[in-house]
Formats: sequence, structure tokens, C-alpha cells
Amino acid sequence: MARNAARRRLTRSVLALVTSYVVILTAVAVFFRQGGHVGALAYAVAVLPALPIVGMVLVFSRYLAEESDEYLRMKFNRQVLIATGLMLTVATIWGFLERFGLVSHVDASWAGFLWVFGFGVGRVVNRLKFGEDGCC
Amino acid sequence: MENRLRVLRAERSWSQQDLAERIEVSRQSVNAIETGKYDPSLPLAFRIAELFDLPIEEIFVSPSRRSSKAI
Repeated sequence: MARNAARRRLTRSVLALVTSYVVILTAVAVFFRQGGHVGALAYAVAVLPALPIVGMVLVFSRYLAEESDEYLRMKFNRQVLIATGLMLTVATIWGFLERFGLVSHVDASWAGFLWVFGFGVGRVVNRLKFGEDGCC
Repeated sequence: MENRLRVLRAERSWSQQDLAERIEVSRQSVNAIETGKYDPSLPLAFRIAELFDLPIEEIFVSPSRRSSKAI
């Protein structure tokens, strides 16, 4: 059934993106540890770890377009909303605390990580609301 | 939304998976609809009604009708 194909494709893509995130982040960290990198190349390399996170957004969007089961789609939408809401809430609160010198600086690159974490929180919330079948 | 899906399914000796395959959704969807945790869309409700060859209102209990009876 197409539904299962969409879910399998989602799982495969997420695994590939998580793996590539770890590999790319490690490689880029090693690259910058050597020092002396400036100019366009430095910018291009620094942006590379963001690509798997951007890819995750695209993969989620594709899944929502492909998933024919409305119930599974609704639960996945809830997860996305919870993840986005959590990320925006934490980032906004932290941003103002930081702006008024009450907390230390945190790199904005953590937003993507927080969003993925929020997706896990959304899964737990779904499980609590819908029971054993609460997973995405 | 209250419904008679479980009863109708039992009358035909279908499992949740059997029903899910017939209306082309996941077993989780059937379970969520049967237990009233999820209200199906109108197209899905029509698919279910057509499968059982019954009007929608003989499968799903209208929430407004149910609340007016309670009053």
C-alpha cells in the first residue's frame, strides 16, 4: 500500500539525513580546527551541517504530501506543530533573556537540534493522547 | 464520535486489519475511529458507509443529536 511506502521512505530518508548530519558536522569541525579558513570557501563549508536539517524539513513535507492515511497524517502534523512550537518558544524566551544579559550566548544552530528533539516530544504527546498507536 | 463500527465489523467477523485493508487506511486508523479518538473525514465516512451499505447516520452517532437526547 502507498501508505507503507511513504512511511518506509520517510524512515530511510531520516536515517540517511541523521547519519549525514553527524558525518558532515564532524568533518566541518575538523576542517575549522585546522584554522586559517576565510572567504567564500569558509562560508560554504560552515553552512554544510545545516543542509541535513533543511533536508529534514523537505522530507517531512514530502511525507505529508505522500501519506494517504488521514489519521497518520493528522498525528504527524501534530508532531510538527509541537516541535515547531517548542523550538520557537524556547528560542524566543532564551533570546530575550540573552538580550538583557541574564543568560549566556547559545548558537542559533541549536534551533535545528531543538526542533528534532521537539519532534520526539510530539511523539510522546501523541502516545499519551491516542494510546498505543500514538507513534507518528 | 460514537459509532457502531466495532459491532458492524464483528458481525462480519472482520479484524481491524481486515477492515483497514477494505477502506484503505491503517489498522491504527480503524482503532482510533472505533474508540472515538478520531473522527473520520467526510470522504472516509462515506467509504465506510458504502462498504457496509448503510447510511452514514446508521454508523456514526451525530454529536448534536446525542447531546439533545441527553438533555
